Amino acid sequence: MSEKIKFTIDGKECIAKKGQYILEAALENGIYIPFLCNMKGVKPAGSCRLCNVKINGRNMTACTTPVAAGMEVESEIPELQELRLSIIEMLFVEGNHFCPSCEKSGNCELQALAYKFQMLVPRFPYEFPIKEVDASSPKLYIDRNRCIKCKRCIRNIKDENGKSYFAFYKRAHDVEICLDKELAATMSDELAQKAMDTCPVGAILRKEKGFDQPIGTRKFDKQAIGTDIISVVENINMEVKE
Amino acid sequence: MRTIINKIIEKFNRNEARLMDILLDVQAEFGLISGDAVTLIAEGLNISSVDVQQTISFYHFFSQKSRGKYTIYLNDSAVAYMMGRADIARTFEEECKCKFGSVTEDGQIGLFNTACIGMNDQEPAAIINGIVFPKLTESCVKDIVNGMKEGKSVPEMMGELGDGENSNKLLNSMVNNNIMKTGSVLFSDYKNGTAINKLVTMTPKEVIGEVKASHIRGLGGAGFPTGMKWDFCSMAEGDERFVLCNADEGEPGTFKDRVILTELPNLIFEGMTIAAYAIGAKEGILYLRQEYHYMKAYLESVLDKLREENYLGKDIAGKIGFNFDIRIQFGAGAYVCGEESALIESCEGKRGEPRNRPPFPVQKGYLQKPTVINNVETLCSVVKIIENGGEWFSMMGTKETAGTKLLSISGDCKYPGVYEVEWGIRIRDMLEMVGGEEAYAVQVSGPSGICISKKDFKRTICFEDLPSGGSIIIIGKERNLIKDIVCNFMDFFIDESCGSCVPCRSLPLILKNKLQKLLDGNGVMSDLTDLENWSKNMKAANRCGLGQTAANPILSTLKNFREDYEALIKNKEKDFDTGFNLDAAVAASCEAVGRNPQI
Ligand SMILES: Cc1cc2nc3c(=O)[nH]c(=O)nc-3n(C[C@H](O)[C@H](O)[C@H](O)COP(=O)(O)O)c2cc1C
Ligand code: SF4
Ligand code: SF4
Ligand code: SF4
Repeated sequence: MSEKIKFTIDGKECIAKKGQYILEAALENGIYIPFLCNMKGVKPAGSCRLCNVKINGRNMTACTTPVAAGMEVESEIPELQELRLSIIEMLFVEGNHFCPSCEKSGNCELQALAYKFQMLVPRFPYEFPIKEVDASSPKLYIDRNRCIKCKRCIRNIKDENGKSYFAFYKRAHDVEICLDKELAATMSDELAQKAMDTCPVGAILRKEKGFDQPIGTRKFDKQAIGTDIISVVENINMEVKE
Repeated sequence: MRTIINKIIEKFNRNEARLMDILLDVQAEFGLISGDAVTLIAEGLNISSVDVQQTISFYHFFSQKSRGKYTIYLNDSAVAYMMGRADIARTFEEECKCKFGSVTEDGQIGLFNTACIGMNDQEPAAIINGIVFPKLTESCVKDIVNGMKEGKSVPEMMGELGDGENSNKLLNSMVNNNIMKTGSVLFSDYKNGTAINKLVTMTPKEVIGEVKASHIRGLGGAGFPTGMKWDFCSMAEGDERFVLCNADEGEPGTFKDRVILTELPNLIFEGMTIAAYAIGAKEGILYLRQEYHYMKAYLESVLDKLREENYLGKDIAGKIGFNFDIRIQFGAGAYVCGEESALIESCEGKRGEPRNRPPFPVQKGYLQKPTVINNVETLCSVVKIIENGGEWFSMMGTKETAGTKLLSISGDCKYPGVYEVEWGIRIRDMLEMVGGEEAYAVQVSGPSGICISKKDFKRTICFEDLPSGGSIIIIGKERNLIKDIVCNFMDFFIDESCGSCVPCRSLPLILKNKLQKLLDGNGVMSDLTDLENWSKNMKAANRCGLGQTAANPILSTLKNFREDYEALIKNKEKDFDTGFNLDAAVAASCEAVGRNPQI
């Protein structure tokens, strides 16, 4: 059994495996820290910045910072909640999100977070950027209007030789997601489904599958994001090293 | 094409981590990296095409389309504009009959903007096919464009060579050093090799001890204690270690590394050798910005000479088992690659995206091995520390910042150039030294630093007061601070973000648009509060120093020059925010129906 350590989030005592990232440990302790770019089993990117927490007064991303024994993490404090809301708003204004006509509505993590944070109108002016959509591959439809550049697809979708299907193109404000044409031509249905499920928003869609599940019956139609987290820690008999 | 590209790939052992070099060679060979070239490179390295493209499209100087037989990159830094860049740009456009950002119809001449090229002391300046043309005038622009129309080669169009080593055959450059003041560390008399000969009589621990005793702090900007950095690296677990020298010099307004690279290259390589000895590295990389490509042959010759003299290579200076060599890695135009972990990514052939920390480069750096990264100036100072002892160095400067600093001073002053000063110099004294007494504002440490007003001219340059990586921009009364300076800096950050973090990718443009709204006369007082509140999020929320400081131009001017902002707001009582000029917007329809716009 790996070594266990104690730490706190907003004063609540938590237990983590040594070397575990704060975000992952928080989830196992039944505490939800909002995030978009993170994904279980995938190397953290620390790019959406939503999981910003405070440790000794310093801002750190919970997804990339390993827990240390005795660490005191602040998460649900007004300053950070405000920061998180502003990041969600930035994502809405830098893209084009028309939820009522979106295939992902109800399964979309960005939309769910906007509800959770009770976003009404973003404080920032909408940019209404012009983005190209890419429907050239046989299985997938890439809608860059909705891409939040979380890199989940880049990190999670590889072929058997480890080659990437997805990559970023350009930089700064112009960053956009690209799908490798040659690789995409031979993509299996399973991998296409995995790609769609990997994307937190409606930017990667399987062709002709977008509305398979009726709106109204989807994940976040029933339950707010972050409310389905069950503490696994309490169920495990753990030895804790102080 | 296939054979040429294969040859290039072979040259770098089909190593994916050398993708930057492969792309640089392909671009040099063909003038562009075509779609076919991308496919061939991807095949040759057994990676996907998008993985090649992601690197190409990240860097400013790579192109997938031809940028002309003659490619002109005109600096668009704030100081370039102060020195008449707008007229030069207009003349280029008129003479070429083509706009910046495009290539003439016949495909001959391409005009492009580029971020600060490290020539702020001799602006307006451009890089034409790799050659720097400083101090451009309208008449020389006309001559250059005429020469191009006649089909002359770029070297044929060159004027007088610069001072010092710039006239060395291998440099052959029109750039001037403008060394205005030499101090007692960098520019002290020195016989090449002295420090290395002494080095090999010491143990690595003693070397680190000496560097610690000197209290030297990194001179690239962040000011981390160098001795401590080396110590951490030497203790980190790893079977190999690396020394990287940061010569990316991307902060607008700094050009001191350029001068060191031309006048004191030996010191840089000796400094790297000392670091290598201290931490036990066998390989070093000098990461040099593409803008300084004109130094390639010269620096290679310095390295060759060091190898001949046995100051690089095997059993250095007769010390059995002390092996170390250095290669030069060129960047391809990305400010963020000056950030140490982005620099490592770039050296590995990837996009220059900063890494998350921990782990730090001293633990997991280049190729995931313990790595020391130091600025050019830091490494040169270390040579003198080994020569003269740590205590000698620690006596100079201030309590918390020992030694001297090379300042790159430009803008509205009589004597722009580099000055070696002791840390702790007062801004007012500095202004007197450079003939900039009339300054309205001083930008300390470039766009990512802070902008101070007269009331702060009594402050001093050192880590305990005003830290500086070396860029000092003097801003005269005649400038429009918000329009000419703050907006220019924001444009810089908008272009140079790597694009990973949401706030750093998104907010600078939003902030800049807000500034534009104020400049257009459509601002209200609450815009200032918004600017302030939104800017604060940049510091808190971003991964690396670029994003954390990208709102500094706004934050520091809002603090120190609030009256300049308030002067842009016509009606301070107005509490509703139209965001645009309502009268002008309805003018056309009012005219059509014959009414007066009156709201
Ligand atoms: C956006 C950004 C750009 C930077 N550019 C440079 C640079 O051009 N040269 C440099 O030496 N350090 C630069 N730095 C600082 C480096 O990350 C690093 O701290 C430095 O190279 C360490 O060397 P030193 O300790 O000798 O100063 C930059 C940092 C950031 C965040
Ligand atoms: S991706 Fe999400 S937020 Fe965007 S339009 Fe679709 S449902 Fe709405
Ligand atoms: S396509 Fe989806 S998964 Fe990929 S970066 Fe964009 S939002 Fe993230
Ligand atoms: S702060 Fe900006 S430059 Fe730095 S990693 Fe984030 S997006 Fe990239």
